[in-house]
Formats: sequence, structure tokens, C-alpha cells
Amino acid sequence: MENQPKKQQVPRQKMPEQDPKQRRHNFNEVPLGFSEETAKLEASRCLQCKKPQCVAGCPVEVNIPAFIGLIKKGDYAGAANKIKETNALPAVCGRVCPQEDQCEKNCILTKKGESVGIGRLERFAADYARCHGEISLPQLPPPTGKKVAVVGSGPAGLTCAGDLAKMGHSVTLFEALHLPGGVLVYGIPEFRLPKAIVASEVDYLLKIGVKLEVDCIVGRTRTVDDLFEDGYSAIFLGVGAGLPKFMNIPGENLLGVYSANEYLTRINLMKAYQFPEADTPIIKGKNVIVVGGGNVAMDSVRNALRLGAEKACIVYRRSLEEMPARKEEVHHAEQEGVQFDLLCNPTRVIGNDKGFVSGIEIQKMELGAPDASGRRSPVPIKGSEYVIPADTVVMSLGTNAQPLIAATTKNLGLNKWGYIIADENTGATSKPGVYAGGDIVTGSATVILAMGAGKKAARAMNEYLKTI
Amino acid sequence: MYKILFKKTLAQSIHLMRIEAPQIARKRKAGQFVILRLHDRGERVPLTMTTSDAKEGSISIVFQEVGKTSMELAKMKQGDSILDVAGPLGNPTHIEKIGTVVCIGGGLGVAPVYPIAVAMKEAGNKVISIIGARTKDLLIMEKEMRAASDELLVSTDDGSYGFFGFVSQVLQGLIDKKTPINQVVTIGPVPMMKAVCEVARPHNISTMVSLNPIMVDGTGMCGVCRVTIGGQMKFGCVDGPEFDGFKVDFAELSKRLRSYIEQEKISLDKFKCTQCAAM
Repeated sequence: MENQPKKQQVPRQKMPEQDPKQRRHNFNEVPLGFSEETAKLEASRCLQCKKPQCVAGCPVEVNIPAFIGLIKKGDYAGAANKIKETNALPAVCGRVCPQEDQCEKNCILTKKGESVGIGRLERFAADYARCHGEISLPQLPPPTGKKVAVVGSGPAGLTCAGDLAKMGHSVTLFEALHLPGGVLVYGIPEFRLPKAIVASEVDYLLKIGVKLEVDCIVGRTRTVDDLFEDGYSAIFLGVGAGLPKFMNIPGENLLGVYSANEYLTRINLMKAYQFPEADTPIIKGKNVIVVGGGNVAMDSVRNALRLGAEKACIVYRRSLEEMPARKEEVHHAEQEGVQFDLLCNPTRVIGNDKGFVSGIEIQKMELGAPDASGRRSPVPIKGSEYVIPADTVVMSLGTNAQPLIAATTKNLGLNKWGYIIADENTGATSKPGVYAGGDIVTGSATVILAMGAGKKAARAMNEYLKTI
Repeated sequence: MYKILFKKTLAQSIHLMRIEAPQIARKRKAGQFVILRLHDRGERVPLTMTTSDAKEGSISIVFQEVGKTSMELAKMKQGDSILDVAGPLGNPTHIEKIGTVVCIGGGLGVAPVYPIAVAMKEAGNKVISIIGARTKDLLIMEKEMRAASDELLVSTDDGSYGFFGFVSQVLQGLIDKKTPINQVVTIGPVPMMKAVCEVARPHNISTMVSLNPIMVDGTGMCGVCRVTIGGQMKFGCVDGPEFDGFKVDFAELSKRLRSYIEQEKISLDKFKCTQCAAM
């Protein structure tokens, strides 16, 4: 009994971070990770609940108390392997999951103060195992002889491919771009998720027998029906987000106006920040406006600083409270000197005589009654327009459905926005043998939700494969 | 890796390459393109395909040395490999029997017009082709175009070969002679395509153009290839590359193609420097 109150006295351990003044000029990772001592201390805060609510909050069902228990004992590699049993991408999840809305939200300590730093511990264990080469490969069952195609190598596809391989199926992962990882490589910046980590997670899949084909655009290079003809018995579609949304205001095609997808792809996937050493160029604006309030907007605006912007500003039509971005991301952006123009909405983009952006006209907004999303809706204030100067504008307003699969696959049910209709529990689509999950089903969501969908689909596909 | 099986220079700074890419060769149709990335620091560039050979498992591209990547590609030899080739991208040309089709290619644009002329002819159309270049030495694929067409007309801007003037003027000549035309297909530099559209418009002859906006992924993700078609935002990679020429905002396309003119110069100068140093 003496132990109990002592445990409570250990505060939630802080994550060391790169100094904001320094990091706004480099692409290195911002949080630096726990030391072994800090990790043990943080792990000691876990109450090892008999009925752990945290696990219920995890879309991929990580046995959280078990892995934290292993960290407490100093068995870090064991902890990593424990996570890996159900989560194909622990080093990724430990960094980009919104834990505050999932496992940590359910942690019993949250009610008493601050939750256990589950995400930080997950990251610690995964990093430890990776850096010490201590990721053990699982015992694979005998091959089933069934060929499965996983289309898209983002979080949904990687998870699905890993799980299916562990069930003994022969899995091929098809990627349209030249590198695997999907949004993990083209979207999420290096300073939030180093690309070497994604490469190592993919490498693990290759080691357990997953085959990878890059430069293969399913819908063009091969269709879904071609894959069936080529002997694949089941297909998972995790093709992710599609074309970016724009505002439909004048001036959006001026030079220097980017979609967040393009801006991030140039920087993250194509390494435009290393131009001219890397061939892909990007406009390194001094005065950058990012329109939107999601995580992608935060990623864009923080990249802008790192490209050398003197002023990088978020323009968002609601207030900080309604902002969909994670609090931690907003906080990091603020620390780095990002400005926030809230309750503001662009009405047009203004250009110079050469066709480049020179400014943006903003209209002030006020909050009205809650809308369908439950958030108070922004209402324009008439006559409040003013112009702010800008040489780069990034539109971060979400995406539409990826169009290629839908256009080239027969009998695949879509909803009115073009997203694939898939069963919530199994990922099954209207086309037999075809499963889907991630952003192509839900629209823009999170890495972990996509992973959860990939996991459920793998389970259902395994059952399906037994029947044929 | 995608091996270069064959390379030939067609005209000054214009080259043809046959590249091993069996999956793309199996699917390619007239009007489609590929995205190339030469090496791991390379950019992704869209290039149109001129032919493919499903049996050999190869595709052919024709390109002109204009910037760093195309010059670097031109330095590559038969037997070398390109790191990434993805495709076939874009919608294939809509091919149907409609009567007489005039296929117009300017400069490098002759290469992608060629497979369209072939397909239009195969579909049972009468094909009149007009090809042009700045000067005789830059004219490409004349023999192939002649074989693919019922009639071939040639022009050069400087009068060194064929008609002295532009391909649009040759089209005007056909219209003046009351030649019945059901469809025009034109590919080439933006001002040329625009000029062709302006010739066809008063006679209401349907004119299809193939646009070459800047692209990054080419698969419908990044949105840089947006073009304005009849006042609507469309994406070159998935909605195109072919559009109704009468509806295209060519002025905007021209401007957007110049987005990185400064950076392209930096990149090219740096490349030329390393080339000099290597010699």
C-alpha cells in the first residue's frame, strides 16, 4: 500500500524538444525522445489496470499495459515486440497518433490529472528496438498459397499487408509513387516523422515476405480486374486521398498558390528544400499564408518557416477552439513563431503583373450557431475585407476522393462524393474479394484510423480466403 | 529500373528512346503519357509516349533538351537504366469513326500526334496531317506521319521546307478550299495550339488539344496541373491531358508553365557547370 501514493507523485515526464528558435530553421525532428531513465520513470506511472480502458481506445488494439510493464522492467526490445504483435508501425504511431483523443484519453490517470505518456513510451520502445537492431521477426505460419494484392502503401496498406503476411498469405503491395509509405512519405514532414523510420517499417514488411511494386498505378498500369486475372484472390484498396480542394475564389491559379498536397509533396517526397541538389524546385516564400486549420495546415506552415519564410501565417475561418489540428501541433507552430489570423476567410488571391501572388484579401468572420460538425459555424462580417501581402499561399482545405480506381473498376459501390462504400467492421466492398479502408473510404482522417481499417480488413480477408 | 533499349537523335536536341516497361506497354493507348524520374535526386517529369510494343515490352518517348532533366536524359545511352517510369497516365484519346480528322503536330508535338493519327486511321477515318517546325532541320517523324495519313502537309516557320508559315495557316488553307473536316486534333507549343483553335473556332470544327501543365505525382493527388476549361478547374493528369480546345484558358496555362523559370535556370546552370567540370 505504501507504493501507491508514491507512484502518483511521479509527474508525467516531459519530452525533450529541439529549441524552437533553432528548429524553425532545420528539418530535424522536433521531439527528441525519452532517455531510458525517463522512459522507466514514465512507465512506472502506469497503474496496470485489470480492465485497461486505454486498449479500448486504440484502433489497433495494442496491449498497452503489457508493453509499458516491459519498459518498466527494462526489457525495451520485448516492449517493442509486444507492440509489434498488433501494430505494424509503432515508431510511426508513437509520433503521429492523436493519443490525447484515443488511448491517453481513456487512461484512468487522466481523471486524476495527467495520463500516462503512452505515445511517448511507444515511440521510445520502437526507437530502441530499431536503433539496437532488436526487432525480432515473428514466426510465420505455413504459406496458404493464396495471393493477395494490397493497393496503396500508406498506413492502411502497410498494416493490411503486414497482417496478411503474418497469416501466411503471399502479399504484394502496389504503390503508385516511387517510394512506399503514402502520406507518411509525401505528406508528413521530416521534422515530425523522419523518413528513415518509414523506410525501416517498410523494410520489416519486406523481411516477412511482402513483395513491393512501386511505380504501379492501379487503375492505370493495372486495373483491379487485371489483378484478379493475374491470380490475386483478394484485393485491399487503401489508395488514400485524392485531388485537393480549392476555395473557388478568384486568383487560385496564380503562380505561388499551392495546394497543401503539392507543397508537402514537393518538400517531403521530392526534397525540394534541398534544391538545387535535389531537382524539384519550390518557391521559397518570405511571406507565406496557409489557409486552413488542420494538421496538414500546421505541417505546411511549419515547413514554410523551415524554407526560410520571415512570416508564416495560418488563416482560419473559425477560432482556435474549433481548430481540428492537434493541440500539440498548434503549440509547436506557435512556439516556432507561426502567426494565427483567426476568424478570417480569404475572398480572393491577388497577383502582380507577372502572374505571381502578391497578396490575399481577407474577410473577417464571427461565430454563429453550431453547424453539422457540431462546431460553431463562421459567418462573414460584411464590409470587413482587407488585404494582407503574401508571396506564397497554401490552400489546406482537405481533399476529394482519389478518382482512378473508381473510374476503372466495375461494380465497385461509391457514395455520392466518390468514396468507396465499405463495411465498417470488415472493409468489404460491393465487389466480391475487394476490400477497402483508409481515406478512400472515410475521406481525410488520421493515420491510426486508416491502420485500424487495414487491420479489420486483413482479418476479414483472411476469413474470405478460407472460403475460396 | 527501366532499361533504355534504343536511342536515336531525330533532330538537333530531339531524341527518341525506347524503354523497357512491359506493364506500361501492355496498357498504353494513344494520348497517354508517363512520368519519369532519372535518379534518386531527380524530379518527376511527364513525357508523352509516341508508340509502344507490347511484344517487346517497350514504350517509346520523344523528348527535347530544354531543361536540366531533359539534358540529363539526353546524356543517357542505350543500356543505361532510368530509375522510375510510371504510367500509362492520363485518359486515352477518344477514338471513333467520324469522317475526316486533321491531326496537327508542331515541333515536338508531332511525336504524340503520331499515335493518334494511326488510331484515327485504324478507326476508319480519313486522316489529313499537318506537321510543322521552326526550320527544316527540326522537323521530326515526317516519314512515319506520311505513312499514317491519307495526306500530309508540312510547314516551316522560316520556309526552309514545305509551306512558308505556321501549321495554323495550313489548316486555314484546307478550310478555305472547303475541305470537309469533322475533327481537329492538335498538339504542340501553347501558342500554336491556341492559333489552331482560333482558325477552327469560326467554322465550329471540334478541336481537341493535349495540354502539358507542370505535374508532380501525375496520379490525381497534388493538383499542380490544374487548368481552366470553360471557367472550371480541371486537372491535367486525371481529367486530361486532352480537352476541348475552344474552352481552354491558354494564357493561364502559359503563365503557369513559367512558375519555376528562375529555378529552372539555376538548375540548368548548375548542371552545365558540372558537365564542364567533368570534361
